Amino acid sequence: MTERVGVAKTYKLYIGGKFPRSESGRSCPVTSHDGAFLANAAQASRKDLRDAVVAARGAFGGWSGATAYNRGQVLYRVAEVMEGRRQQFVAEVRDAEGLAVDSAESVVDTAIDRWVWYAGWTDKLAAVLGATNPVAGPYFSFTVPEPTGVVGVLAPQRSSLLGLVSVLAPVLATGCTAVVVSSAARPLPAITLAEVLATSDVPGGVVNVLTGQAAELGPWLASHADVNALDLTGADAEQRVELARAAAETVTRVLRLPEREPDWTTPPGIARLRAYLEDKTVWHPMGV
Amino acid sequence: MPVVLADATRDESSLRRFLRGLPGVDQVGVEQRAAGLATRSVKQDAKRWAIDTAIGMVDLTTLEGADTAGSVRALCAKAVRPDPQRPDTPHVAAVCVYPDLAATAVEALAGTGVAVASVATAFPSGRSSRSVKLADTALAVDSGATEVDMVIDRGAFLEGRYGDVYDEIVAVKALCAAAQNTVHLKVILETGELATYDNVRRASWLALLAGGEVIKTSTGKISPAATLPVAHVMLQAVRDFHEVTGQPRGVKVAGGIRTTKDAIRYLVAVKEVAGERWLTPSLFRFGASSLLNDLLLQRRAKQDGHYSSPVYLPE
Amino acid sequence: MKGETVFDYAPAPENPDIARVKQHYQPFIDGEFTDGGGEPLKTLNPATGEVLAEVSTVSSSDVDNAVSAAREAFERVWSPMPGTERAKYVFRLARLIQERARELAVLESLDNGKPIKESRDTDIPTAAAHFFYHAGWADKLGYAGLGRDPKPLGVAGQVIPWNFPLLMLAWKIAPALATGNTVVLKPAETTPLTALVFAEICQQAELPPGVVNIVPGGGDVGQTLVSHPGVDKVAFTGSTEVGKQIQRQLAGSRTRLTLELGGKAANIVFDDAAIDQAIEGIVNGIFFNQGHVCCAGSRLLVQESVVDEVLTNLRARVETLRIGDPLDKNTDIGAINSAEQLAKIRELVASGEGEGASRWTSPCPVPERGFFFAPTVFSDVESSMRIAREEIFGPVLSVQTFRTLDEAVTMANTTPYGLSAGVWTEKGSRILWLTSRLRAGVVWANTFNRFDPAAPFGGYKESGFGREGGRSGLAAYLQGDDDD
Repeated sequence: MTERVGVAKTYKLYIGGKFPRSESGRSCPVTSHDGAFLANAAQASRKDLRDAVVAARGAFGGWSGATAYNRGQVLYRVAEVMEGRRQQFVAEVRDAEGLAVDSAESVVDTAIDRWVWYAGWTDKLAAVLGATNPVAGPYFSFTVPEPTGVVGVLAPQRSSLLGLVSVLAPVLATGCTAVVVSSAARPLPAITLAEVLATSDVPGGVVNVLTGQAAELGPWLASHADVNALDLTGADAEQRVELARAAAETVTRVLRLPEREPDWTTPPGIARLRAYLEDKTVWHPMGV
Repeated sequence: MPVVLADATRDESSLRRFLRGLPGVDQVGVEQRAAGLATRSVKQDAKRWAIDTAIGMVDLTTLEGADTAGSVRALCAKAVRPDPQRPDTPHVAAVCVYPDLAATAVEALAGTGVAVASVATAFPSGRSSRSVKLADTALAVDSGATEVDMVIDRGAFLEGRYGDVYDEIVAVKALCAAAQNTVHLKVILETGELATYDNVRRASWLALLAGGEVIKTSTGKISPAATLPVAHVMLQAVRDFHEVTGQPRGVKVAGGIRTTKDAIRYLVAVKEVAGERWLTPSLFRFGASSLLNDLLLQRRAKQDGHYSSPVYLPE
Repeated sequence: MKGETVFDYAPAPENPDIARVKQHYQPFIDGEFTDGGGEPLKTLNPATGEVLAEVSTVSSSDVDNAVSAAREAFERVWSPMPGTERAKYVFRLARLIQERARELAVLESLDNGKPIKESRDTDIPTAAAHFFYHAGWADKLGYAGLGRDPKPLGVAGQVIPWNFPLLMLAWKIAPALATGNTVVLKPAETTPLTALVFAEICQQAELPPGVVNIVPGGGDVGQTLVSHPGVDKVAFTGSTEVGKQIQRQLAGSRTRLTLELGGKAANIVFDDAAIDQAIEGIVNGIFFNQGHVCCAGSRLLVQESVVDEVLTNLRARVETLRIGDPLDKNTDIGAINSAEQLAKIRELVASGEGEGASRWTSPCPVPERGFFFAPTVFSDVESSMRIAREEIFGPVLSVQTFRTLDEAVTMANTTPYGLSAGVWTEKGSRILWLTSRLRAGVVWANTFNRFDPAAPFGGYKESGFGREGGRSGLAAYLQGDDDD
């Protein structure tokens, strides 16, 4: 019996809700953990990154302006669609990271549950992090946390799905939009995740995924004047310092990272959520 | 005009005091009410009635740089017999064109019962001198148009020069009143440029005080054009004006109304905000072009019992 | 008015078959539907007065079983379960309600009498939202400000009223489950059906047996439930009279209690209000849900200088309200829930006339059968009149005037109730000044009857204690670090 010939997937970038190839036409071969060829992933250029930031900025008004309830529903839908693609993610994580089946399944399940965790945060942040301020005067004063804007993320190099979800979901949960540079050597789950986002009512431009080299794209992302915050997890220690310096030019907020990359399986706290929020304090007199 | 209103128009500062003294409009509240009314479900005979009524309220419009005598004549033919295969279809209320094509329309529509409305006063921007705007109006009136759709000076309004806006409307109205035929004046507020519902209420009252027979939402050339909440505010204004003066004035919604569903929502708003008295072409109009086809398709669907296709409608 | 109208909407009825009404409904205990030992009740469609379905009710030994099942489920399954897993069950419930939204809306209108427009656009979506919101708290309780690791209480006994059946169920069950408690809930005697379809939804969600138990029955069942020794927490929404009884009964016991009772809210309109929206707010405040709302704006306090304008506009607006078949999509005011409630409304309205207030009732056509009451506005009302003091729970508004701000505040606060209040003025400072002085748990400024799972709701004084929704709402179902 002849073996069926499979239809191989082409992995492209995800920008503005669409899947274009890199404008540079470049691609990079992706191999599995044990050296087998998997695919040629698009290699994003600085112009792709420029376009991604434009898309992210364009989408910010609508995404941050949606109700927190609506954002929560969309993020929950992402989890629903991820769950449907569980087998596909397990296979891709195994290929990328060389995990045994049960470990890979655990990683994928944790990634899905993490997404659900963040979905449930959207309409809680204001109550947990906001306040009414008992000022000493006849004024009503309140502080409300607002999303900071466009967040640039260098995704973890090793944890191709769970780490990626852990750095991306908090951006969305706070109402920010994202430009993500995936792991250079393990980019494929990022594009499959992008496919999930594209089919889960996430508006185009809210998330943009660039497969490519953090070393090449990092400086453009960090120095970009229209990026409001940065997560430099995917950069090595030395590069992080350089990028943080570049970010200082435009007072871009740089997330404080631990010395060592965390074990992504442990439940996160809310540091990432807080990092992407700005406090707005309002005063109004109280009088007849 | 009752004393209180005559006092309001005595001078610029009285007018400003009056307009500023009108009650505010809460954006969230009015949008909520408009959305609530939009859930009314109009069925069966009521829907048939609404479709025919809406057709009879259409000002079939062409306002393109590329308009020609030929395209205007074709529009007029459609205005008189919107669906030639269905001769029981009512004709529309009027045709709306640029002033230099008004004469063509008047000739094509003579004796049909369809009126000719012409835009004027440097439509759509309203940005020109008073004399140019009046000459524009004179062209329309002299061509035989029986309705004039003027635009207010939004720049002056937003600068707070309410008196100038008022005087301009009065001057245009005077030209209309001096014409041989009866010429009715519609005043386009261009609500999309007025930014707030408070301003829409003020501009509505200003236009009504200046003598406009109909207040109209938009030129249709910018977005946002007509919306249900804006229509609510304007319908409330004509209702309140009637309450005070006993004079019924009309409302025209224009721009962005494309479907029968939209049109019926406006009719519901007319009924429930102003009152049933306003459900007549002399007091309510739709400025539209593509709306007519959708009304005709829905009309056919009701008659035939199945969905129709645009290929059956002329043009 | 019929016959004189130019534009009549024509009947636009929803299809009752969508509700899939069964002939017989059963209690839901320990994951199973079984007949109870009580006398079956017949639930009516108040729009017609006809029987809708028969519902088997529970006896006190059934209540024992339900409480035991809830206890077992609490100890063995639900409280040991990690919050993240519990969350996913509650998310499922939210989604299933959304999926079956139309069916639930039609059933709610059939059983309760409220307009389909309201069940469809308010009750059902808000119920789903409550489950969605609370699901997200299940694994984040340490952030709620109640201590680092707050613990659930155990078994919650919950009794809900007939005015928003599924929504009240959501307000009770969602926070209870999310915080790790299990529940035994008694729906109102006249509106048990959507609760029992919710029980089906629990099965579809594969919720572990015993986590949710629904025990239909009358006041006696409620009594048994709230005084059951196996219940750790009682949540009651209903009349102030019964609330007081429960509080008396539980006095000195370790059982935790929250009450959400009646109201007689003041809706205060100033001369600078955005008048058209204020009229909408007044209408919504008292005629939404036929006035069967604990937080209804049933006392209109108008600044004297604008009372004539307000009343004229109000009457004109109220005349456009359509009263009729709850299943008609154009109906604004549906049926009064029961013959008993209708009698109470009539009695109080008669007292209003008897005590000298001026009555105006909308001339709208009223259906001949079923329980209906046309919207009514009383003016020339004095504070001493019964219609100014007692909760009517119907589409009846009492109007009084005030001259100064202090007078308005005093009138608003001079009531044993304190659930809600409304303020209509374009002046922001005044709103904020008033909100700090009104003794009410919910103040609506330039709006009314807005509910959201993220916004705490509950009363001052005899309108009850405890809050539902938001961070505060979780407290009722948790033991903080320093609670004993």
